[in-house]
This record gives sequence, C-alpha cells and structure tokens, in this order.
Amino acid sequence: MSMKYLLVLAARSAWNRKLTLGLTVMAVALSVTLLLGVERLREQAHKGFSLSVSGTDLIVGARTSPVQLMLYAVFRVGEATNNISWSSYEKLAQQPLVAWSVPISLGDSHHGFPVLGTNQDYFKHYHYGDNLALRFAAGRPFSSTFDTVLGAEVAERLGYKLGSRITLSHGMGLGGLPEHKDKPFVVTGILKPTGTPVDRTVHVSLEAISAIHLDWAGGIQPPGFHIPQEYVRKFDLQPKEITAALIGLKSRAAVFRVQRAVNENKDEALLAVMPGVALEQLWQVVGVAEKSLLAVSVIVVVVSLSGLVAVIMAGLNERRRELAILRSVGAQPREILMLLTYEGVFVTLAGIVIGLALLSGVTIGAAPIMQEKFGVAMTMSLPSIGEFKLMGAVMLIGLLASLLPAYRAYRLSLADGLTPRV
Amino acid sequence: MVSPVIQLENFQFRWPLAQQDCLDIDSLVVMPGEHVFLHGPSGSGKSTLLGILGGVHIPQTGAVTILGQQLNLLKGTARDRFRADHIGFLFQQFNLIPYLSVLENVLLPCRFSQYRRNNIKGDMAQEAHRLLKALDIHADLWLRPVTALSVGQQQRVAAARALIGKPEIIIADEPTSSLDAQRQRAFLDLLMQECATASATLMFVSHDQRLAASFDRKVALDEINRVSRQT
Repeated sequence: MSMKYLLVLAARSAWNRKLTLGLTVMAVALSVTLLLGVERLREQAHKGFSLSVSGTDLIVGARTSPVQLMLYAVFRVGEATNNISWSSYEKLAQQPLVAWSVPISLGDSHHGFPVLGTNQDYFKHYHYGDNLALRFAAGRPFSSTFDTVLGAEVAERLGYKLGSRITLSHGMGLGGLPEHKDKPFVVTGILKPTGTPVDRTVHVSLEAISAIHLDWAGGIQPPGFHIPQEYVRKFDLQPKEITAALIGLKSRAAVFRVQRAVNENKDEALLAVMPGVALEQLWQVVGVAEKSLLAVSVIVVVVSLSGLVAVIMAGLNERRRELAILRSVGAQPREILMLLTYEGVFVTLAGIVIGLALLSGVTIGAAPIMQEKFGVAMTMSLPSIGEFKLMGAVMLIGLLASLLPAYRAYRLSLADGLTPRV
Repeated sequence: MVSPVIQLENFQFRWPLAQQDCLDIDSLVVMPGEHVFLHGPSGSGKSTLLGILGGVHIPQTGAVTILGQQLNLLKGTARDRFRADHIGFLFQQFNLIPYLSVLENVLLPCRFSQYRRNNIKGDMAQEAHRLLKALDIHADLWLRPVTALSVGQQQRVAAARALIGKPEIIIADEPTSSLDAQRQRAFLDLLMQECATASATLMFVSHDQRLAASFDRKVALDEINRVSRQT
C-alpha cells in the first residue's frame, strides 16, 4: 500500500465532508491569524521600541542607571536626578571622535506632554526606526526663542495648528502645576507621526527654557519679580546645564572608547549608554505584557484544535462502515490510523495557510492606517523566524491532536473487523 | 491430489468477555472451485465465521488453514495482507466507499494488494472495465460517484471489486438481501458465472433457502456448530 494512495484517500474522504471540516478549517485559520497577528505586532512593537532612537551612538547624562537615563532621555518618563553642566557638554562635543551632538533639556510640560529644550540639530540628527529622519507635516523648525515644534500626537490631541499659542507648565505631570503663562509660545512646526516618544513631545529651543525660568527661583515665580517676554533677549540665555546629550560618532568602532572616556570623566560624574543595549534591557521589563497577550492567543489555538479533535471524533461513528470496507479490501489498522492522522494534518495545514493569507490581507489593508496614525511601517514580507516557529508549533499540536481520533479509529477497526457492530 | 482451499479443524471461538463459545466446529473443508451455500438463522455466528476466514478473528483453539496457510500462525499485518491477496469480500449493502467513483471502488483491492495487482495481465483499469461490463454496469456509470447508482448496481460493482485481481476465494455475506426476488436471481447468476470464469471458490452466506438450489454444496451452520443455543 503506497503512502501516496492513502493521502489521496484521506483527501477524497475529507472533501466528501467539506462542510463540517471547512468550518473547522476556518476556526483553526482564525486562531492562527490571531496568533500570528499578535506575534507580528509584538515583533513590530519590539522593533519600534528598540528603534525609538537610531543613528545615535551614545546618550550621555548625569551618572545614574542606564535604564533610568533611557527612561527620561528617550521616553521622557520620570525626572533626571542630576543635570550635566554646559561646560562638560561642550568639552564632550568638541572631542575629535564626536561627529555631532544634540543637547536636550527636560523638566517642563504642556498638558501632560513633556517639553524638550534642544537646538536645531535635533531635527537633523535625531533618527528613529530604520534610520528615518524627522519630517514635518507642516511648518518648519523653531527659529526664534518663543517658537515651538509639536509632535504629531500633541497637535492632534490638543487640536493645535500652525500659529496656535500655547503656554508651558513648570514641572512634569498633570494638573496643579504652576504655569509660565506670561511667556506664550507660537507653534511653527508640526511633525509627522513616528511611533516614538517624539510624537508626544513639545520641542522648544534651549534658550526658551532659560528664558521662561529667568524670573523663577526654587520652582516658583517669586511675587513681584517679573521679566516681561519682550525683554528676555537682553539676558544671556546660554543654558548653564542640560539634562542629557545625544552623541553621534565619526566611527562606530570608537563607541566603546568614547563611552569609557565619558564614564571615567574626573570633572563630573557622567554616564554614557549605547541606546540599543539599554533599550533591550528596558524591553525585558515592558515586553511582559506582549508575552501574556501571546499566551492568550496560544490558548485560542489550542481551543480551536480541540474543536478539530471533537469534529473528527464525532464523525467517526458514521464512518465505521467506510473503515470496515477499507479493512476488507486489505487496509491494515495501522493504515487506518494514518488515514485519520492525515485528515487532522490536512485540516491543520489548511488552517495555517488560510490563517497566514488572512493575516497578509489584514496587513495590506491596515498598513496605510498604521503608517498614518501610529507611524508603524507594516511591510509585506516573508513570515519571520518567530512566526515560522509558531506555525511549526501549531502544526505539531495539530498532529498530536489528530492522533486522538486516529487512535480511536484504529481501536474501532480492530474491534469491528469486517462488520461494524453499530 | 488437490489440496483444500479452506480447512477448519476442531476449533472454538469465543468473543472476549462472553460466557460461552460462539462457534465450536469439528471440521469444514472446501475444495477449489466449489460454490458453497452456507446458511443459518441470524445470530448463528455466520458473520463471525466469515471474520475468522478473513483472519480478522482468531479462534482460541484449533486451526484455520486457508490455501495451505495456517492463519493463526501469521501476525496481524501478515493476516491483513493475506486477506487482501486471496479473499474478495462482498457484503449485504453499503459495500462501496461513497467518495470514490465506480471505477476507483473496483480498483481498491489492487491499491492494497501487490499480489492482486500482479494477477492482472495488462492494464488495471481495462480489467476493471471488463469486469464491470461482464457484471452489466454500463460504461456511462464508471466515472460517476457510487451514490448515483441503484442498490442492485452497487452490489454488482461490489462484486466486480471482490473479483478483481483473481483472488482464490470470494466470500459473499448476504449480498442479495437488499434486492428484490427477480434481481436476486440475476445477480446470483452473474456472480456464479464470474466466479466460474475466474475459477474462484465461492462462500455464499444467506439465511434465504430459496437461493440454495443453484449451489452444488450446502452447509447448515447450526448443524456443524456444536454450541447449543437457547432460543
């Protein structure tokens, strides 16, 4: 008996019951779509996360833990315990191995969105994702002191357009914060979505940060002391300190040398981290949520495969005659076992293929929306290694699951012999 | 000297968990080319006996020898192969695989048995065509699904399947009971004629004594079975 003929028999038999098996295939397909979809989103999220900053070789801040530094310098979460002095920054920026550097200064907010003080180089050198530069949906970088550039989410959520006037709050957080309401800013640029923390950031110049704090002391504006907006230009707005700096090197090979030099700096306690490494550490913490989502979709797959077992099992009784005929023309119980196993494998395989096709369809359909709303680039590509592993696992579970009805058919055909006692 | 095709010697068979034997037969010998009419009331163990001849059930004591091969000495797989090679089966009804065409159903034994494949000189499909024609199945029906056939046609297709590849023994278990009297006659004539052509031994099982006349040998199961039955 050739295996090939058993396959043909199994296929013809399955086709004969195409309605019930078809429904089972769809259940498996949908669960596979969910599983692969979650995995794909998880991979995209991970990739997006680890590429929140790209093209930057080192991030330098006051000495703290690398994860802490990433949290406030990249994700604007939490506050820096210490700043670095402008002189240290200047010394660092002038090192021969340093190609470019961007200073950043944090501490203020606008309706819960963090305010980032920086210079125009930020728009040139801050890259994210697959080395993508920031792009403007409207307007241009700030040029005068009270100009501001908004991230895409800030503009959309608060309904700002070019020319809108906004005021900043002192400190990070929501509500109850003192306002810098005497010094409003004008929106001169709005960025396109990036899917990174940039979307949630209000960008101003470093000079603006100095300017709004000129008449402040110890976190409040002392009563009766007020410097009007039109006079701030008469003051020296050169910042005394910044929160962190992004560094690009002339050669990536020098990254460890520069990192060590910064970390061993005698004048001030500094820390330099490689963003990729620190982001990976951070993902270990925040990635847990995605893992549990994946676990749920694994359960959905198992449920759909137990449906498959139930359907094949339920059909067995009606097929006892068929199995007895096959026995009478010479099929061995072992071949009956294989016949039923093939059926389960067909259904699982068809479910995986259709599930993958469905997912591709959804991906194509959703790609423009994902790009526009979340800045996530969903590209049509071959399934990743992780997805192949999952599909392999589904196939394996499907195979094991189909052994159950197959074994029952084997027992039945042994007991029935040539005349089923139904 | 011609050796017997079927030889049962002093055997007992009991179903697992049963209180008493189902079959207890002293001797049953069938010679090549014989057409045997095996009859007995329902429940007399006819189907069980056929299962034993087919090597599906193994008696607890005694020997079952088919074509010189003692079946109880063969392993399960070998018994399955032996059955596929040497015995063509034909049942009461629902003999055919519903999702295969008429032709595919006839060819099934050749898929499982190399021996029966090799017994066909030339093309398998041509041999199937010849048998179908001989059993009065019109060529229009050959590629049709078997569900399109009448019960009588289905039984004749099943007969063609039992005969293909020249197995030495044809075992027919009440093959005519779903046919009306006139068709029974015609079917039986065709079957016996084809068995004669293939020089196959025919074991025909029925509870219907009216068919017995055509057979040269009649065996009453309740006469050779020593198990006493409460009725």
